Amino acid sequence: MALVTMREALNQAMREEMRRDPAVFLLGEEVGHYQGAYKVTQGLLQEFGEWRVRDTPIAEEAIAGVAVGAAFVGLRPIAEMMTFNFSLLTLDQIVNHAAKYRYMSGGQIRCPMVMRGPSGAAAQVAAQHSQALESFYAHVPGLVVVMPSTPRDAKGLLKSAIRDDNPVIFMENEVLYNLKGEVPDEEYTIPLGLGDVKRAGREATIVAWSRSVQYAQQAADLLSKDGIEVEIVDPRTLRPLDEDLIFDSVRKTNRCVVVEEGWRYAGFGAEIADRIQRECFDDLDAPIVRVTAADVPMPYSKMLEKAYLPQPDRIAEAVRQVLYR
Amino acid sequence: MTRDEALAQYRAMLLIRRFEERCAQLYVEGRIGGFLHLYIGQEAVAVGAMSLLRPDDYFITSYRDHGYALARGTDPRPLMAELCGKIGGISRGKGGSMHLYDVPSGNFGGDGIVGGHLPIAAGMGYAIRLRGTDQAVLCFFGDGAVNEGAFHEALNVSALWGLPVVFIIENNRYGMGTSLDRASSVKDLYQRGSAYGIPRRDVNGMDLVAVRGALAEAIERARREKRPSLIEAETYRYRGHSMSDPGKYRTKEEVEEMMRHDPILLFEKHLQVQFRVAPSELEGMDKDVLAQVDEAVLFADESPWPAPETLFEDVYVRSPYIHARSADKDPAWRAATKEDRVPEAFPAKTPVRAES
Repeated sequence: MALVTMREALNQAMREEMRRDPAVFLLGEEVGHYQGAYKVTQGLLQEFGEWRVRDTPIAEEAIAGVAVGAAFVGLRPIAEMMTFNFSLLTLDQIVNHAAKYRYMSGGQIRCPMVMRGPSGAAAQVAAQHSQALESFYAHVPGLVVVMPSTPRDAKGLLKSAIRDDNPVIFMENEVLYNLKGEVPDEEYTIPLGLGDVKRAGREATIVAWSRSVQYAQQAADLLSKDGIEVEIVDPRTLRPLDEDLIFDSVRKTNRCVVVEEGWRYAGFGAEIADRIQRECFDDLDAPIVRVTAADVPMPYSKMLEKAYLPQPDRIAEAVRQVLYR
Repeated sequence: MTRDEALAQYRAMLLIRRFEERCAQLYVEGRIGGFLHLYIGQEAVAVGAMSLLRPDDYFITSYRDHGYALARGTDPRPLMAELCGKIGGISRGKGGSMHLYDVPSGNFGGDGIVGGHLPIAAGMGYAIRLRGTDQAVLCFFGDGAVNEGAFHEALNVSALWGLPVVFIIENNRYGMGTSLDRASSVKDLYQRGSAYGIPRRDVNGMDLVAVRGALAEAIERARREKRPSLIEAETYRYRGHSMSDPGKYRTKEEVEEMMRHDPILLFEKHLQVQFRVAPSELEGMDKDVLAQVDEAVLFADESPWPAPETLFEDVYVRSPYIHARSADKDPAWRAATKEDRVPEAFPAKTPVRAES
């Protein structure tokens, strides 16, 4: 096991898959000569050349559309979004094309592509550059949506995403790029749709993904000081969802808090809460509580940003609430 | 062009016309639903283009898409069944009129979003460059699409990276009910290629021979020089934008004037002069074509409705990289197949393709 950053883990995944399969190529803004806006693609141009590591103009619809078209005829493109904020300019390509051509063609066409890049709240970059958009993508049948929280998960899941034959939305987190974690030295993949228990506990379940897992860990540490041991379940993939892992945990703890960096209104946490109440109604000893971002655009000021995001203390408070303590 | 090739191309134009005349009837009878955009009047563009493609080339079109599939040689029966929403349809009743695909023939079909398929055509061209083959991509769209951002993004990267894509504007003068004069700052649409340094020209889209000449040059440029082209085919649709459009934004005189330049009549004269084809030979062909359309309608009638279980099929590809426990809980994943479905009806050779 080597200790590597999330950034390095993602780079390894792409490098290994590009070596393994000549159909894999990468395109996006600043992925080549600049070595990646966040240095995730460092060194790939030097190894694979410009046709497999393609710097693009600032033209997100072209980036996504070129990936879709190349995937339709058998390549495995990885389209990097400098940040997922700009992916809103690709929604027509992703929602109307990547996700629908297989269905509209009665199963003739497949779209084995990955769109990846940083998502979620960044530090003080305000409303247009700091938002969690996973609920948008998770809403769309035909897509796979992945949100890793550790370097190990990021590498194993990205390798699966590249090999999978469906369009995968792979949402990283800018703040996590420097997060270090252990990554196996040997070749491995992690199946899409397989969740993971990030911390074992008996008294309440916290469901969280991506950076929210970190908030949840901090909350769990706070609670542990008071003798409350919570379980953290990270689905890792939002579509398809490993709901059994969540149900198993809730059946054990009988209490659940769902955390997300996105907006509360129609957020993905509501989907999870709905599934739990449907399948685990008799197991619940308290209503499910959601901790989310505030339903406003992300503000710039440090103080307001803190008020906007789901903080560890708010998560801890929510756990106490479901425990009636 | 040999006599046989010329006759095959005439027949393809006639098939599109007769097929769509029947579609209009079926629509009025309520057997075809949704949107139905007829290609009548524009046949020379699709047929001319398809006559130049090799079997391994790709093409992608907008939603006015019946003509390309027919010209490429796709069996009219599964096309008609698709329009009627039957399981025997080429897209198993999931696409309808706007979404006809026939992947074995390189047909990536009907896109319903104006301009949305242009970046995809560029992506197919990118794949060709990466693999190093000499295939070409044809991308068909209307005059309305040139005002979409996707048009500009696609043309820019195609020129920048040297992608073998022929972009074909079928200028039928109206984006739905808005005339070109009210929609585009530049009236000669092919000139928009100059912004990206793309070889460009316009051509009389009612004249099959002229269309072939312009496209042959552009396809050759794609294959040999790895460069895109922008071709504006000036054409006209006789019917409204879709069946629900009575076309009140244009005069009867304008439509009648354009119909005097009908692509089928024009090519008929060419056949008579160039190849001494007798009118009786063409009449016999018309009967054959009508019989083929009858057969397509019969096939559509007899094809069953899709069973409700098929609703969840064809969303995903079953893959070993998806965790089975999660997949099995979702009906769309449960119904996913590992393989693609290949339409069986596509013949080995397209009827209008030149053999040389």
